[in-house]
Amino acid sequence: MIECDGLTKRLGGRTVVDDVSFRCEPGTVTGFLGPNGAGKTTTMRMLCDLSPADGGTARVLGGRYRELPNPGRRVGILLDASAQHPGRRGREVLALAAQVMGVPETRVAELLRRVGLDESAGRKRVRQYSLGMRQRLGIAHALIGDPEVLILDEPANGLDPEGMRWMRELLRDFADRGGTVLLSSHLLHEVEATADRLVIIGNGRIQAQGTRDELLQGSGTVVEARDEAALRAALDAAGLAARPGSDGGFVVEADPEEVGRAALAGGVALRRLGVSEGAGLEQLFFDLTAGAPDAFPTAAATDTDLTEAAR
Amino acid sequence: MSAIAAPTPAPSRDARPGLVRLTGVELRKMVDTRAGLWLLITTAGLTLAAVAIVCAAGNAQDQTFRSLLEVAIAPSSILLPIVGILLITSEWTQRTALVTFALVPQRGRVLIAKLLAGLLLTLAAFLLCVAVAAVAVAIVNADVDDVWTISGALVLQDLLSIAIVMAVGLAFGTALLASAPAIVLYFALPIAFAALGALSFFDKIADWTDMTRTTSPITSELLSGTEWARVGVSLLVWLALPLVVGIWRVRREELR
Repeated sequence: MIECDGLTKRLGGRTVVDDVSFRCEPGTVTGFLGPNGAGKTTTMRMLCDLSPADGGTARVLGGRYRELPNPGRRVGILLDASAQHPGRRGREVLALAAQVMGVPETRVAELLRRVGLDESAGRKRVRQYSLGMRQRLGIAHALIGDPEVLILDEPANGLDPEGMRWMRELLRDFADRGGTVLLSSHLLHEVEATADRLVIIGNGRIQAQGTRDELLQGSGTVVEARDEAALRAALDAAGLAARPGSDGGFVVEADPEEVGRAALAGGVALRRLGVSEGAGLEQLFFDLTAGAPDAFPTAAATDTDLTEAAR
Repeated sequence: MSAIAAPTPAPSRDARPGLVRLTGVELRKMVDTRAGLWLLITTAGLTLAAVAIVCAAGNAQDQTFRSLLEVAIAPSSILLPIVGILLITSEWTQRTALVTFALVPQRGRVLIAKLLAGLLLTLAAFLLCVAVAAVAVAIVNADVDDVWTISGALVLQDLLSIAIVMAVGLAFGTALLASAPAIVLYFALPIAFAALGALSFFDKIADWTDMTRTTSPITSELLSGTEWARVGVSLLVWLALPLVVGIWRVRREELR
């Protein structure tokens, strides 16, 4: 359980976190989304009492973080995977954490295995680690105390697609066993598949929050065919309202199955069919991230396998 | 009759890490990086080398336990403060403070553990110096009287001399929270201060405030009451002041 209530932080005369309130319940994964510099990291550091708040309160498991007697056993934290001594071996980083928390050091080998770092990687010094390996080490560090809450700042940074899928499964499993997860990202597609809830922050303020389904609903289906006229006719024949999509094809106010049936009935071969990702959410994100070049890819749809649909 | 098994008191997840454990962690941090380990190996190596040179080339008067111990602690008195500085500043320079203070939010407890670890390391280094000096005396077996004679008080003063510089190193590290400035200032400030002492009006003040001056007799003779007072006053300037500034900084520093 994580509760932020009116969290506010001013740095150098600028309000970098402004009246931020949200809750993360046990059993859920909350995605904390926003462009770089939106205030995600500052909020998370206030949560962990690493940075004092200028206003509002942050509570973890019902109280202040600093009041937890042995925080590593209750809350797993990954705030910056690069914040490790480069001259220390990977397994030593975990062994130090285990020693502080009073966890047997046998957990170290277990955790290294669990995050996919083999024995030789554990013997290497952190200097030799890629960013992806540092993220894995950081996740092992967060998990070693067997906590109930995970607070992870940009954990997917530097992970390859396989690594991202692995992390998604790990976090899902953690939440399904009753854990609470808060993870931040500046990329919508990194968290949308994992998160039950989304909290979107921009310029220090909460811009939107709710369940993923609430935020993404009503956005319809994106469909595309080489023969646009035939597709249009098929959609009209099925009585489905369609408007041209932003990057070709149509956005239809219906679920993909209905659209697929309409295409089948009309004998149209599709080359794209997928759930549209919530144009409103995407637009909001785009506005927030305008000017930040690495921020947000503009893929409008989650592409699903279309060959099946067209047959 | 069914016996109800008494629940075995599992070690509580919520037990606060004690100071002994935290001190152990800090001692471990001094040796588990390549830089830290080599600094200690270098210190030990220089100790051996310094004693060996005096044994091989010095005159017999210098081959007593008393003077060889003084030789043995010289490398430690220069290098141990750097170990102390790095013990504090590397947490900031390498940004591991983020992890350290996430696991132990009471930053003062971490600082105390670091101070204790630094002083324990000093004690260990001193015991090594005593051993090296004793072995050297036994091997050389110089033909002078009272080769083993030393007063217990002087042994303690020798120990105190390296404990003081270690503590000052830790204090500088805490006040500056950055490795390079802390090391440079640790060595440069006393030299600048000594230069000030050359000015006639400052000479009297330096007698009480220049730590290099007040502690210079500490390893060679028993200090008088006035000399102890001078050491104490100079430590207010060189130890207490930076430590107080440092504790204040560490407790309120924003971690990024």
